[in-house]
Amino acid sequence: MTTTETETKKLTGAQIFLECLKKEGVSEIFGYPGGVILGIYEALYNCDYIKHYLVRHEQAAIHAAEGYARVTGKPGVALVTSGPGATNAITGIANAYYDGYPLVVFTGQVGVNQIGNDAFQEADIIGITRPCCKHNYLVKDVKDLSRIIKEAFHIATTGKPGPVVVDMPKDVLSSSSEFVWPETVKLPGYNPNYNGHPKQVSKALELLCDAERPVILAGGGIVASDAMEELKQLSEKLNIPVTNTLMAKGVFPETDSKSLGMLGMHGNFWANFAVTNCDVLFAIGTRFNDRITGCLKRFAKDAQIIHVDIDPCSINKNVKIDIPIIGDAKNVMRAMLDEFDSNNYEINYEVKQSWLEQIHEWKKRRPAIEHPTDKLSAVTVIQKLYDYVKDMDPIITTEVGQHQMWAAQLCKMTKPRRFITSGGLGTMGFGFPAAMGASVGCKDKTVINIAGDGSIQMNIQELATCVAYNIPVINVIIDNGYLGMVRQWQEKLYHKHYSQTKISGPDFVKVAEAYGAKGFRITREEEIIPTLKEAIECKKPVFIDVVVEECEMVYPWVLAGNPLNKVLLSNDCPIN
Amino acid sequence: MQNKNHVISVLVKDEAGIVSRVSGLFSGRGYSIESITAAQTSEKGYARITIETSGGDADVIEQITKQLNRLIPVLKVVDLGDVESIERELILCKVVAKDEDRSEILRIAEIFNAKIIDVTPRTYTLQALGDERQIRSLIELLRPIGIRELVRSGKVGITRSNQFTTKAAE
Repeated sequence: MTTTETETKKLTGAQIFLECLKKEGVSEIFGYPGGVILGIYEALYNCDYIKHYLVRHEQAAIHAAEGYARVTGKPGVALVTSGPGATNAITGIANAYYDGYPLVVFTGQVGVNQIGNDAFQEADIIGITRPCCKHNYLVKDVKDLSRIIKEAFHIATTGKPGPVVVDMPKDVLSSSSEFVWPETVKLPGYNPNYNGHPKQVSKALELLCDAERPVILAGGGIVASDAMEELKQLSEKLNIPVTNTLMAKGVFPETDSKSLGMLGMHGNFWANFAVTNCDVLFAIGTRFNDRITGCLKRFAKDAQIIHVDIDPCSINKNVKIDIPIIGDAKNVMRAMLDEFDSNNYEINYEVKQSWLEQIHEWKKRRPAIEHPTDKLSAVTVIQKLYDYVKDMDPIITTEVGQHQMWAAQLCKMTKPRRFITSGGLGTMGFGFPAAMGASVGCKDKTVINIAGDGSIQMNIQELATCVAYNIPVINVIIDNGYLGMVRQWQEKLYHKHYSQTKISGPDFVKVAEAYGAKGFRITREEEIIPTLKEAIECKKPVFIDVVVEECEMVYPWVLAGNPLNKVLLSNDCPIN
Repeated sequence: MQNKNHVISVLVKDEAGIVSRVSGLFSGRGYSIESITAAQTSEKGYARITIETSGGDADVIEQITKQLNRLIPVLKVVDLGDVESIERELILCKVVAKDEDRSEILRIAEIFNAKIIDVTPRTYTLQALGDERQIRSLIELLRPIGIRELVRSGKVGITRSNQFTTKAAE
């Protein structure tokens, strides 16, 4: 058997780069040219199989590639130049690393002989990206280029997905070599374990069958492993409720009677109560971030915890695990289902049913939340927005802050890859370029970026990109004139000293018009639906400036470091 | 009980920047490095990095080994404390050699099987090889005489069985 396919023609590194992308099935990339990667842009000039989207800032190229990856499930690809081009990309790379989405980021580098001499636009991008990407490569010889690109895509998309950086010096791109595409990768130090240990799987299943108050905690790993069906079946067969993390919105329909919705700092309090009081917690593909655990000592304190993760590092990192299972979520849950079906496990269906009823009792305790002023409430806006678009199977992206949490609470997702948000790194400025990439990845879908007036200003320049390619992203700017989430912490925890959180912005309608996009403003509730309708129908990039109440707070709220069940439901209404 | 130092032996692909990748993981995640050594193995293209780390409880050591395993060029990670192993460290120690101390220095050197590898009118330089306990005792004995300079290689270690067995990541 031949392991390599050899083609005799000699190509430049730049041409090899494009050939490799073709082999990997890449058809759309996001990038920004610069001195050392001009060779690639020269090769792109006559390339008919790759569409390049010219962004307005390299950070946005990476976020766009991530948005693309999140909605399509394919790796996102970005191309930036050396030095500042590459350093601008760092936030995007770190963001994808935290949230575990596959990217291959190509950076230009000064010529091999110039490296280390402080050449123009030189940066040690391998050193800089080392702690914030899954792996990185400096290509020193054009003969290694195709092998490295093959490995980069392999590493990015397997195991726990993540970004891989390939740094390509100028002379590597200009020198020639035969193009040899390796059919296999040889990485002896990289063997992700996909199948859980059968004994652990049986132990976990037994524990879940016997549990009286079990909860499934679904994390973003379920999206990566495409394990929605297995999750649904497990929940149904074993009669176990499911709570999801922010990253796992849509992996289990949030409208399902067994769904507890999102847990955590701003999650549903009944989900937090359920996790606090459960006797068995079945966590799948989650890192146990502090935003979902609250005080670690009190987290699921009486529970035996089963944890399935493909990344061994996630296990026992924050939370002590009783039954660890290293493997792919889909394979492990499939094994559990097969075992359950073939071995006549008995389950205490009624006991579990009364636990579900207990949780439903908790749900009822939610008091009505009043909106004290005559200004528009952000909650009303997002609720109305989602009610209007939900049947269109829209893609919702968010920036980071209050609007993000309201969107997470109010948009009840029924499918994965439809709620795109920066979870781990919490990157303001992520939503708009991610929406752009999502729209490129799913051209027939309505893409709405729910933004704040602070975070939209962090990558507002991408409006030019959207106009240039007519990418019809609708930005709904929840405009309260504050960095609202920080303001909220200041109100409660920093003596109402609103230090540097009142933030001004431009006239977003005029900004939109200046860029050649559509601008709208909403100040009254009855304007919401007609404006949205027009925005969706115009098929153009849109800014909708929604002027809302300044001081609205996100509730429920578990203050940082508090136990999950110590929830504030409004300013003076704790529930415990 | 105080946490004892752990010596972790890491088999890696010998490529540019590998030591930085490994040491960067330690600094980035707040793990200590007491000593670190790196050199090629008998097989071309592979290197062994031996790291001595302190202050970590069992959970921290577990995380360290897992995080090391996660690095793509890392092939095997062994916590030498978990297996039967032999550890050694080389030191070079320059001591003040006053007339009245010279015979004492020689006596100490003899006890520890150390060699005098350089002599100047005012100093003796000793070369000694040993495990942690021996090296510590030697330094304690030399200290009152007057240590001018001490250079330590950092620990290296080898497992006793012929297998480079790993502690399973699970």
